[in-house]
Amino acid sequence: MTTAMQPTVAWFKDVDIRAVASVGGKGASLGELRRAGITIPDGFVLTTAAFRDFIGELRQQLDTESRIAALKNSDTATLNDCCAGIREAVVQQPCSAGLQQAICGAYQELSDGGKHAVAVRSSATSEDSAEASFAGLQDTYLWVRDEQAMLEAVKKCWASLYNAESVSYRLRLGVVEAQLAMAVVIQRMVNSRCSGVMFTRSPTTGDRSVITLEASWGLGSSIVSGEVTPDRFVINKITGEITRRDIADKQIEHVPAETGGVLEQPVAGHLRQQQCVSDAEIHALATIAREVERHYGKPQDIEWALDQDGNVLLLQSRPETVWAAKDAAPVAKPAARPFDHIFKVMGGQRKA
Amino acid sequence: MSKNPFPMPTEIGPVAGAENWHSMYAYYTHVQPDDDKRFWFYNSMHFSEPMSAFDMITAEAAYHAMGACMTRVFAFPTAMGIDYRVINGRVYISANTVTDPAKITERLEVFQRRAGHYYENWNQFFGEWEQRMGALIKEMNAIKVPELPEYDDESVVMEKRGTAQNHYVRTAYHRTIELYSQMWHHHFEMLMLGYGAYVVFFQFCKQAFPEITDQNVARMVAGIDVLMFRPDDELKKLARLAVELKLDQLFTSDGNPAVILPAVKAQGEAGARWLAALETSRDPWFNISIGDGFYHYERSWNDDLSVPLSALPHYITLVKQGESLERPTERLREERKRIIDEYRSLLGSDDERAAFDQMLAVSHLVFPYVEDHKFYCEHWLTTSFFNKVREFGSLLQRYEVLDRQDDIFQLHYTEVEQALANVMNSWAAGSPPSNRDHFKPIVAERRAMLKVLAEWQAPPAIGPMPDNIEDPALQMLWGITTETLHSWAAPDLTNSNDLKGYAASAGVVEGVARVLRSITDFGEIQEGDILVCPVTHPSWSPLFSKLKAAVSDIGGTMSHMAIVAREYGMPAVVGTGSATKRIQSGQRIRVDGDRGIVTILDAA
Repeated sequence: MTTAMQPTVAWFKDVDIRAVASVGGKGASLGELRRAGITIPDGFVLTTAAFRDFIGELRQQLDTESRIAALKNSDTATLNDCCAGIREAVVQQPCSAGLQQAICGAYQELSDGGKHAVAVRSSATSEDSAEASFAGLQDTYLWVRDEQAMLEAVKKCWASLYNAESVSYRLRLGVVEAQLAMAVVIQRMVNSRCSGVMFTRSPTTGDRSVITLEASWGLGSSIVSGEVTPDRFVINKITGEITRRDIADKQIEHVPAETGGVLEQPVAGHLRQQQCVSDAEIHALATIAREVERHYGKPQDIEWALDQDGNVLLLQSRPETVWAAKDAAPVAKPAARPFDHIFKVMGGQRKA
Repeated sequence: MSKNPFPMPTEIGPVAGAENWHSMYAYYTHVQPDDDKRFWFYNSMHFSEPMSAFDMITAEAAYHAMGACMTRVFAFPTAMGIDYRVINGRVYISANTVTDPAKITERLEVFQRRAGHYYENWNQFFGEWEQRMGALIKEMNAIKVPELPEYDDESVVMEKRGTAQNHYVRTAYHRTIELYSQMWHHHFEMLMLGYGAYVVFFQFCKQAFPEITDQNVARMVAGIDVLMFRPDDELKKLARLAVELKLDQLFTSDGNPAVILPAVKAQGEAGARWLAALETSRDPWFNISIGDGFYHYERSWNDDLSVPLSALPHYITLVKQGESLERPTERLREERKRIIDEYRSLLGSDDERAAFDQMLAVSHLVFPYVEDHKFYCEHWLTTSFFNKVREFGSLLQRYEVLDRQDDIFQLHYTEVEQALANVMNSWAAGSPPSNRDHFKPIVAERRAMLKVLAEWQAPPAIGPMPDNIEDPALQMLWGITTETLHSWAAPDLTNSNDLKGYAASAGVVEGVARVLRSITDFGEIQEGDILVCPVTHPSWSPLFSKLKAAVSDIGGTMSHMAIVAREYGMPAVVGTGSATKRIQSGQRIRVDGDRGIVTILDAA
């Protein structure tokens, strides 16, 4: 087997963007960030080799390929039932002893014997554009606190390959099932004082010279899920000026639950209308955002957190897609003579 | 359709005590019924005070030249000249545009050929322009206003000139007016092309970076070694020399030249060296107006040495504290390069970068003219022009047609022609001027009317409000956008302690406001004050080293205050419209140069 040559566990420090086929988009991007010198919470990826080791003969037994090929997007009920059945079988499948040992060994090291909670996230291996559209369809388990829960979360992530939405999407695009594999990212959780997102261009105008930063108390899941109106800042990349500052009434925050997972709670009264990230922290975040953007050479969509000591950590960075799709036509092209631009504008040939 | 928010031109009545204001200005500047069909705005940026009868020549000559340049000489495809009217002493203007596509195409063909010729040879033409302007200034200063002696000069007979002195009164006066007019033609000859280049780069930046501030576009284009900073640099040089020569204690803050200069002269060798340096600085750098050079009473530093001299003690103090007064030109140059490189790197494609490079290169090519022309035109030649007119004022005073030399500025330039003709006849006839006192009550009435008119709250715009203003030149020259229109139409009263303007220089500070109406009130400024003034001019530069922040009524992001504040790294908000009326000296205010808001903190 060729897969035997690939490791089943790959630590972030050993991964970069070229490993995307075996560690998925999320895993590769985290490894790449770390290589670029950006601080991220440590972790590892269960590679597609781990997935293949795990799923082994199960695919043939379940005949997933032809069962899925027979599905129709128009028949939602059958599609849902079929996918649920496959997922159930995946979750019930035991790991081989060797695989379980590899996973648990890495987990024990990462969690320092279970002292630190981890996040378990699926990391799809399909190409960029499809992955962007998969976003949100894949599974994420936060604040996983013990080995058993970790293993269950991993299997659920593997099973999420057969989420009805994902399968439906693949049917529409005609993606070949046989080659599909799912990587899983396991990463230390950050008990963040505040967290948020950054776009290295304006989400409203597409302007590449500004960074838009949103921040709220506690874990970032409250912003991503849209349950809180975050503080919002616009930072000029060139001058570093904070050109817009909208402090929101942040009514709730997400905090880690003692039993695992995330808890929603009201924000203490005196903090609700207080700016949750200092100007100095905003500048530090903006500097990191620019580094990441420069590293990738295109605008980024970044998730970040500040831990209780105020250290900045990035949780994720991916290419911005909305405005990238609108960038087709350049604002202006070079002219034969530099002053020909003036004639174009003054003569009304180019909308000024 | 909501009610038009602005008054109609014909609806505006006279101000009590100035009912006869029309008499000061030519009939063609008066409002006509058809004017109600057009939109006009008050050109408060160039003419923030009521116009004296004579000073109206500045508006007339400037608009003749600007309109000719756009409409007839270079044939700007979509823009022609402007019409102007005077209402209660204030200048209102309205722009003429070309909308017929066939006409635009026709004009574009002419424009490309003619403007292209200038763009292609810009630096050479600018060099030649400076020569021409220098010659113009020289000729203006050399005009001899005839003395009209008891007997004409012997040479008139011996050399068979056959023309008596009184003839040359008119010749000299006409030449004075002609040279002033010619200056304005030269002024616009390259300026509108310069603005055109800047506007194109400006719009490209706004499209490529929709949230870019005007301020940051300006920072990419603005020059470092501009003449505007030169008079101030000369002052700093003189301050250093005074310390070096141990003359510093002679410079008192009243800046009285009648006391200071003799005291310096008395210091032997050292004094002589400093005075020689002063003379070098004065010619030409003190030919700078204390205003924008649009009014006769805005004199030059050379005319009133107390202005530069009163700025010296502060610089001397800084020198003695060991501060370098040098402008950090190298750092400014590097910072400009950094901003340009960063914006450039953020563009979306190599095509855009190539276009950006081209447009910026043209902007950098034309901008030295845009920045430096004012020194030659509005400052040097204009202050010389008004001084020459004063010489005619002296002649009229001598013949008792006027009581005072500067009464001449209360006469329209065509009325001056009449007064001079009266003097020419008087000298020839050997009798006193006819109806000699004719102008005296007129002058008195006009002086009184100007006082009353100065208090008039001129509406910022009149006539039917357009839906939007998309002319970038309007925004750049006068700070007027569609948004400005809306704020004029419905002033935001949500927080009556806030004033909105343009964010001209970044940062937020609080401090004590000092309202200055003129640079001659320089002495009132304390270290760490926030300057609040109608508009600043290059000769105000020495003031900025004392300030914490600056606020103006008038101006855009390329205005003097904006440029100097950015250099000093202090917050500034310009174009607030009414800061000098709403803020009082001594009040605490907050200046938010990031958002363009001034807040009165201890309002009653």
